[in-house]
Amino acid sequence: MAFVKKEFYHVLRDKRTLLILFGMPVMQILIFGFALSNEVKNTKILVVDNAKDVSSGKIISEIAASKYFQLEQITSDDKQIEPAFKKGIIHVAIVIPANFNHDLMHLNKAQIQIIADASDPNLATTLTNYLSAIIQDYQSRLNKTFSVPFQIIPDIRMLYNPQLKGAPNFVPGVMALVLMLVCVLMTAISIVKEKETGTMEILLVSPFKPVLVILAKAVPYLLLSLINLASILLLSVYVLGVPVNGSLLLLFAESTLFIITCLTLGIFISIKTNTQQAAMLVSLMGMLLPTVLFSGFMFPIENMPVPLQIISNIVPSKWFYIIVKSIMIKGVGFSIIWKETLILAGIMLVLFLLSLKSFKIRMQ
Amino acid sequence: MREVVINTNKLTKRFGDFTAVNEITFEVYNGEIFGFLGANGAGKTTAMRMLIGLSKPTSGSATVAGFDVYKQTENIKKNIGYMSQKFSLYEDLTVLENISFYGGIYGLSDAQIKTKSDELITSLGLQNEAKKLVASLPLGWKQKLSFSVALLHEPKIVFLDEPTGGVDPLTRRQFWDLIYAASDKGVTIFVTTHYLDEAEYCNRISIMVDGKIEALDSPENLKKQFNTHSMDEVFYELARGAKRVE
Repeated sequence: MAFVKKEFYHVLRDKRTLLILFGMPVMQILIFGFALSNEVKNTKILVVDNAKDVSSGKIISEIAASKYFQLEQITSDDKQIEPAFKKGIIHVAIVIPANFNHDLMHLNKAQIQIIADASDPNLATTLTNYLSAIIQDYQSRLNKTFSVPFQIIPDIRMLYNPQLKGAPNFVPGVMALVLMLVCVLMTAISIVKEKETGTMEILLVSPFKPVLVILAKAVPYLLLSLINLASILLLSVYVLGVPVNGSLLLLFAESTLFIITCLTLGIFISIKTNTQQAAMLVSLMGMLLPTVLFSGFMFPIENMPVPLQIISNIVPSKWFYIIVKSIMIKGVGFSIIWKETLILAGIMLVLFLLSLKSFKIRMQ
Repeated sequence: MREVVINTNKLTKRFGDFTAVNEITFEVYNGEIFGFLGANGAGKTTAMRMLIGLSKPTSGSATVAGFDVYKQTENIKKNIGYMSQKFSLYEDLTVLENISFYGGIYGLSDAQIKTKSDELITSLGLQNEAKKLVASLPLGWKQKLSFSVALLHEPKIVFLDEPTGGVDPLTRRQFWDLIYAASDKGVTIFVTTHYLDEAEYCNRISIMVDGKIEALDSPENLKKQFNTHSMDEVFYELARGAKRVE
């Protein structure tokens, strides 16, 4: 096919765009990955040790030995906690009550309090998880040596943002974002570019079917998006350690559906606009922003006012985000996500029919 | 009587209240160079777009290469070549890639494309540039190349929409040599222009004013009719009555 070949020349000759297209997902995954990374190292911690006994000493030395924490101060004064948080010196504090060892040995049960600064919810969760793990670890070693089971109950308190809203699973989000960007923006621009340069007219005068002209333009971007998808998945699995729990085949099939939806959207925009700038603006404002806002990737949809929640339903990336999250993280099969798939397919169909209709009107 | 290849009868195009092309009736004969003149906004391009199947007429009838402009646009498209006002090759493709792309969309076989490209490159003297990007060619060559590409599939009629805009007189002259060469091979040329010296190169010309054809004849006859020695005079005489301002 002469046409598809030519489209590949266009894409491959434009080195700068190509770099952005392939570089962007990598950059985004890495930036998001490390910005929201679970690896938090050398966080300063305040220990309030009211017990000063064998067990508390052991736990403190475990914490100090961990690469995640750096002991800021060991004190027995509760009042130091709050100012340290306020000044931002520490992100987490641990309070060991008096009689800790006594309770543990005689009641087989003791409490420990973890206080975290939840104004950064992700960090707070991560830190409390680490601390809980360290305590668990200590507890299970105790249980090995003694026959009676011991139980240390961590009492976790989140300061400033107790509900921990907005801890995103960013890989599905980045996937939706990148695919949206590549498919909608690039397709729209590449078609509108032909209108601007006047080559579209020549193509329309040729016996080549107008609908095929448009479809042929979408082919390279479909391929490009699949490559991007593969690179995002590889990065997330091997660099970030986010596994694909569900079927890879299903994931690719659903992504292809989403890609086609985006391509149709790109085509629709390109039919409606006449300049590259307009196409770019519409794609960015009309598509990228809703993707970020309404897909549930950055901001939880449940917290939005009802009208916005309704609007979010027509954003294809919302459904794709749900689908990818379900497959990648929950590892569910098609039987669980058929509804979302159907909705996505429906959106695609509507867009396709709209494009076809406005394309015909244009031809008059 | 020569064979008629384009025939219009009261062809009209309205956009809302605005009548861009108003009942034009004319015939173009096989193998002639037909000049389509008019001031900016007179309706030349709209008229041409109806003939090449880009725009549906509001009323009237027309046939191109024997096919109806309403129902048989697909057949028309196979029989015509078109070169638009805007430069219409791909700047980021090489000369050869452009040729094979356009050959491809007109359904030429690989072997045909190969022969055609060799022929075309030799005749235009582009041997050294064949593998260069079109963006690096001077405008004059680009235009000659796009004319040749429009002729690639050996159309019966070729439509040229102000093909020589922005080109120096020498290159324009060379461009017209190409047009003559194509015409000698029997290709009908339908060309719009507003260079009046180019009008003299045509076998017959029509002059459009405000959507209507006000004059149609050979340049000699028109000059006689208006009792003047130059096409400029003829054109000014007609265009003076125009009410449309762009």
